[in-house]
Order: sequence, then structure tokens, then C-alpha cells
Amino acid sequence: MTKKSHNTFRRDPTTVNKKLALAAVSAVAITSLLSACSADGGSGGGGGGADTSSCTNTITKTDLPVVSVWGWYPNMDKVIDNFNAGNDEVQACWTNVGQGNDEYDKFQTAISAGTGAPDVIMLEADRISNYVVQNALVDISGYGYDDVKGDFSEGAWKDVSVGDAVFGAPVDGGPMGLIYRSDVFAQYGITTPPTTWDEYMADAQKVKDAGGPLFGDLGANVPAVFMALTIQAGAKPFTYDPATPEDIGIKVNDDASKKVLDYWAELVSKGLVGTQDQFTPEYISGMVGGDYATYVSAAWAPGYLTGAGVGSGDDSGKFSVAPLPQWDTANPVAVNWGGSAFSVTAQSSQPENAAKVAFGLYADDASLKDGWENQIIFPLNKNVLTSDEFVNAQVGFFNGQQANKEVYVPAADAYKGFTYSPFASYYYASFTEALAAINNGEKTGSEAADELQQKLVDYATEQGFTVTE
Amino acid sequence: MTSTTLAQPRPRAGIATARRRHTLVGWAFVAPFAIVFVVFLIAPLAYAFYLSLFRKALIGGTQFVWFENYLKAFTDEHFLSGVWFVLTFSVVLIPVQMLVSLAIALILDVVTTRFARFSRLMIFLPYAIPVVIGALMWGFLYSKNFGPLGELFGLFGANAPDFLSPQLIFFGLLNVVTWQWAGYYMIILYAALQGIDPSIYEAARIDGANNWQIAVRIKVPMITNSLVLILVFALIGTLQFFNEPMMLKFLAAGTIGPDFTPNMYAYQQAFALANFNYGSAISFALGIVVFICVYIFMLATRKRGGFLG
Repeated sequence: MTKKSHNTFRRDPTTVNKKLALAAVSAVAITSLLSACSADGGSGGGGGGADTSSCTNTITKTDLPVVSVWGWYPNMDKVIDNFNAGNDEVQACWTNVGQGNDEYDKFQTAISAGTGAPDVIMLEADRISNYVVQNALVDISGYGYDDVKGDFSEGAWKDVSVGDAVFGAPVDGGPMGLIYRSDVFAQYGITTPPTTWDEYMADAQKVKDAGGPLFGDLGANVPAVFMALTIQAGAKPFTYDPATPEDIGIKVNDDASKKVLDYWAELVSKGLVGTQDQFTPEYISGMVGGDYATYVSAAWAPGYLTGAGVGSGDDSGKFSVAPLPQWDTANPVAVNWGGSAFSVTAQSSQPENAAKVAFGLYADDASLKDGWENQIIFPLNKNVLTSDEFVNAQVGFFNGQQANKEVYVPAADAYKGFTYSPFASYYYASFTEALAAINNGEKTGSEAADELQQKLVDYATEQGFTVTE
Repeated sequence: MTSTTLAQPRPRAGIATARRRHTLVGWAFVAPFAIVFVVFLIAPLAYAFYLSLFRKALIGGTQFVWFENYLKAFTDEHFLSGVWFVLTFSVVLIPVQMLVSLAIALILDVVTTRFARFSRLMIFLPYAIPVVIGALMWGFLYSKNFGPLGELFGLFGANAPDFLSPQLIFFGLLNVVTWQWAGYYMIILYAALQGIDPSIYEAARIDGANNWQIAVRIKVPMITNSLVLILVFALIGTLQFFNEPMMLKFLAAGTIGPDFTPNMYAYQQAFALANFNYGSAISFALGIVVFICVYIFMLATRKRGGFLG
């Protein structure tokens, strides 16, 4: 500061004080503004309580305890309203914080921060172990589990359990089948859909030789599909028992896994299937245009594809579904892709109320019917699974085919459940890299499997697990 | 000595008080900025650094590990491949970007028609489009099924290149970034050119210089400062490459992995794998790389003077 200004201050101390006071006041104002912001942000996720201002739904029974819920089912608004209307003990306050990974990243951040998680959260079954190992979920087997136990199959419970502890209320599943374009099959003289993977490759070759489109797609961004396909061939990627949480068995490069990955690598190298990432506009426009003769996918796929505009207009009625091809038709294995559950988080201050919501959401007839009729979910609730209405439903997307009866219900019944890894995010990210390397021709299926095994073992060891290979 | 100090206690004290008050007032004036600066920059940085000194495992909890995370980062092939990518990307991108923006700025400086003003706006426009939307837009333009490239190349009976494939993604991204930023750099250079005294041009013309000579011998040397400025901007921006590949990843997960750039890798570690400690360490390690690059560059250009010299 210059001498001159120095003198100015000296001459009039009151100005100084005024200015100083002003500066101090503005500083305080800013800090309080900041702390106000952060306080707001902190409670935004909701830790229960009666603050209903952040709910997407409107709660009319305001004197009841409120449980906060994160979820992304497309008809979640109806599901929540149905639950709240039918329940006089507890009310659900719902927010959609994003689908899949978006929600998981937020939940993960809330876990790390120790605050900000909801009471009840929608999770895909393959993510549950991931949060259990971090003690982020509550075992709900003591909160009304026995009342609903009979509503679901053993496989459904296994997917949401770790050992004997139940960490989620199952809602929907993803029994897998082979969706195919009946027009393409007819054009290239494939009269019956392939029942084995050998037939699948032979048919693919036949279509290619006749100048037809690609037969399928190996999307690097759908590792869960290829995990399911390796399990179908007999692989057991993970063995994990929560009684000894530090021990894990990892085996993603066994013969079955290598067989499956080499098989798909061969399809790619022969140019029989595409290498396009799925759930992209590119892939969907390919489905619309008949670029892919088959789609190895789950029971919820028709709903997704319909929503994306596939199967309407010129395309309508051209899709059919068949059971997933097998390696050994004498011992068929049913597998699953996706499907979700509602879990209670460890940050919830009212786990009992939260469990009521977790078990109650999407469990009433109206919600379930809305879900399956619009093909948003493939319900796991046996009351629906065994109902004539559901089993015999003629699915519009499949040109009136009784898809549930012919393909999905048998697949769901035969499904035994998987054991998932406690680090799903890392496993899927690494598997995606492995699949991309196969697609680019950099590695054979076996090499990719060996490298994936090495990566997972290294990661698990670094994370403190004792690994059995 | 003693006598002098004893002789002057009064005025000393007066000056000291005034100085103290003086300092306080200074701080008060700086406070509004300083608080925001400390709360939003220094504190998070310090906290991230603190985090980076720990390791948290799923089993076994958190441990203080000193600089082990950094040691790991600089031997981690995922991190190093990301750093290598952004470095090579900078080496190609920055000259291209600077040449394009300089050429446009020089042309617009000479042409003064209404069309020139319109072009200036149009060339600047991509910068006004949010990066996310720009990246998505290019994602669609690159699409094989419904992008224009297929038809364009189809006219000549050729197959359209797939800019989202592992072989061409480099050029795909190069194009997106140049498109987005060349206009902004052009405006900086254009403003610098407008600041040059026109009488210099007159003098040059009298000496017989043509437009080309004026551009290369007079204009470019006179805007060196601005060129250095945009170079540093571009260097820092490119080393922290994140938005564009992050968006295109949704269209090409097989091509753009989670470790494609160091920032994406830090994001994956922190938010997808809950490994905030290693994520912080990567961010700081990247900071070190950026610092080294900028410092080398500073040394190389110091003699020319300019805003860093």
C-alpha cells in the first residue's frame, strides 16, 4: 500500500472502522451462506424423519413415519403411490437419483461419507455383496422375512442373500432367452431356432454365407451377460461366505470360462457377430434395421426395446423368443441377467420401518400387474409367476407368442442363483476391458480370461482378501 | 544504540499500531476472495492430499501409508498409459489447434466485411456449446448407422471410417476438441491483433511489405504473448482431459476404458471403486505431471518474455 493511502486511513479512523466492519460483516455473511448451503446438501439425501419436502411423491398421511427410498423403475411413481395408499404404518418418500451405475456411485459416495444414504435402496442382485462387505446393508431376515419367504423361489432368495443373511427383498429377475428376428430366420431358411451353441454358430455361418446380417453381438459393455454365459457352461467365478468375509475364491479362467470366451472370440474373428456396445443408439438402430439376427438377453429386454422404439412400425411382429442355446442339451442350465431388489441401508435410523417398505414395495397386485403387463419387470413373486393370466399372456412384442409360458417362466423356475463378487464394480470394469481386447483381436478368449483372473486376484489381495484360486 | 532506541519509543509504537491496523484492513478487503479461495480451493486440496496418504481396503480398514499411493501411481500401468495418451494427444492437438486459430484470426483481422463478422461469431459458437452436448453431438455424427459420414463416403463407394474405433478414436477426439476450442483461442488472438497499432502496418507497407509478410513478420511476433498464453491453456486443459472421452465412453465403452485419461482413472477409483485415497493420489500425481510440463515449457519460452516470463 502506498504512503498516501496510509495517511488517509490515519486521518479518519472512523472510516477505517466502518470499512473494517463492513468487510467483516460481508465475510460472516458469506461464510454463513456457505455453511447454509452445505447443511442443506448434507440432509438432502434424507436419513428418514418427517421431512417430506425432498420427496418426488406426495405423502398424504403426514402423521406416519417416513422412509426414504431410491429407485429407478420406470413406473416407480405408481408403485410408491400404491404402497402409500395401502399402508397405514409407514409411508415411503421416493427420489430417483439415477439408473444403475449413477445410483451406485452416489450410494458409494454416501457410504464413504458415512451420511446421505436413503433408508431403502433399489439394487441389482449382483451388487448386493459389494455393499454387504462394506457393512452398508442391513440383514432383514429378522424383519418380516418369514411372512414373504414363500412368495419367492429359492434362486430368487439366493441372489439377494449372502450366506443365511438376507439383504434385499426381490422384485424382478432376468431369466435369459434367445430373442431373434423371425423374418431374418425365415429369409435364410432357419426353420427352428438353435438349441445348442454349436447350432448357433452353424446358423450364423449359414446366414453369413448367404450374405445375411450379423447373427448376434458381443458388446464389451455388457459383462454381466458373459458372466452368465460362462456360468451356464459350468464356471463358478466366485465363492464367498460372509462367515469368513476375508476369504474369497476367484476362478474366472477355468475351462468353462475359457471355452465360452474362445467361442465368442471365434464368432467375432469369423465376422459372424458384431462388436457394438449395447444400450447405445447405434445398437438400437441396428436392432430396428435388422442388423442382428439374434439378441441374447433377458426377460425385461422386450420392455426396454419397446421403449427404445424397436418392434413398432415396419418392425412390428418380427421378433420371437426361444430358450437360450445350451452346451449340453441333456443337462440344460438356466441363467439370469439383471433383476433388482429393495435393500435396507445401514445408515437408516429406522431399519424396522424401512424393512416394511422394502418388503412392501412392488409387492401389491396393482403394481406387479402394471409392471409385467408393460414389460417393465419380470416379476419374481410366485403369486404372479404361477397365475394363469401371467403364464398364458400373449406378448405383443413377440407377435402374440406366449413367451412367458414357452421361455421365461421355465427359465426362471430352473434358475439356481449365482454367487456374486464383493467387488462388482471392479470385476465388471475389468471384464469389459477383457471383452474389448477380444473384440479388437488383441487377445484370444483364453488369454483374456487368464489376464482377468490375474487382475482380480491382484485387486482382491490389495483389498485385504485372502484369495483362493 | 541503546539511547536511540530509548529515544524513539513513542513514534515506533504509533507506527506499529498503524501498521497493524493497516494490515487488518488489508486482510478485511482480501477476505471475501480469500475465504472463497481457502474454502473452495486450498481446503479441498489439503484434504485430498491428506486422503492420499492413507489406504483403505475393503477388508482391514484404513492405514496410514505415507507416499505409497504415489509410488503405486507412478508404477501403475493404467495411470501411466493415461498420462502417455494425454501427452501424445497434447503434442498433436496443440500445434493443430494453434495453427487453425492463428490462421483464422489472421484472416479475420484482414477481412472486415459483414461476412467476416458473421464468420467470427460462427467460429466462436462451438465454444458456447457445453462440452457434454458437443461431445454427444459428435458421437451421433460419427455413428455408422445414422451419421452423415456413411452416406458421404458411400457416394464414393467407400466405407466410412469409424471414429469411435480403437484405431481412430485419437482423431475422433482431436476433431471434437479442436472444433470446440479453436474459436475461443481465435478470439484471444484476434483481440491481441486488434491491439496492434495500425501505423506499424503503414510503415511496413511504405517499406514494401505485402500482406503475407506483414502477417508473418509483424503480426505473429507481436502477439507472441497471447500465443504463449493459449499454449499454456491448451496444455493444462489437455493434460486434464475428461469430459469428451467420458461422454463418448457411453457410446464406445470397449474403446474408451476407465483408465483412458488420468482424470477418468481418478474418477473411477474414487467414485466407482470407493477408493478415494488412491483417487486423490492420482489427482495429485497428475498435478505433478502438469506442473512439470508447464515448468519445462516456461523454461523453454522464458527468454521471449510474456505473461509467464
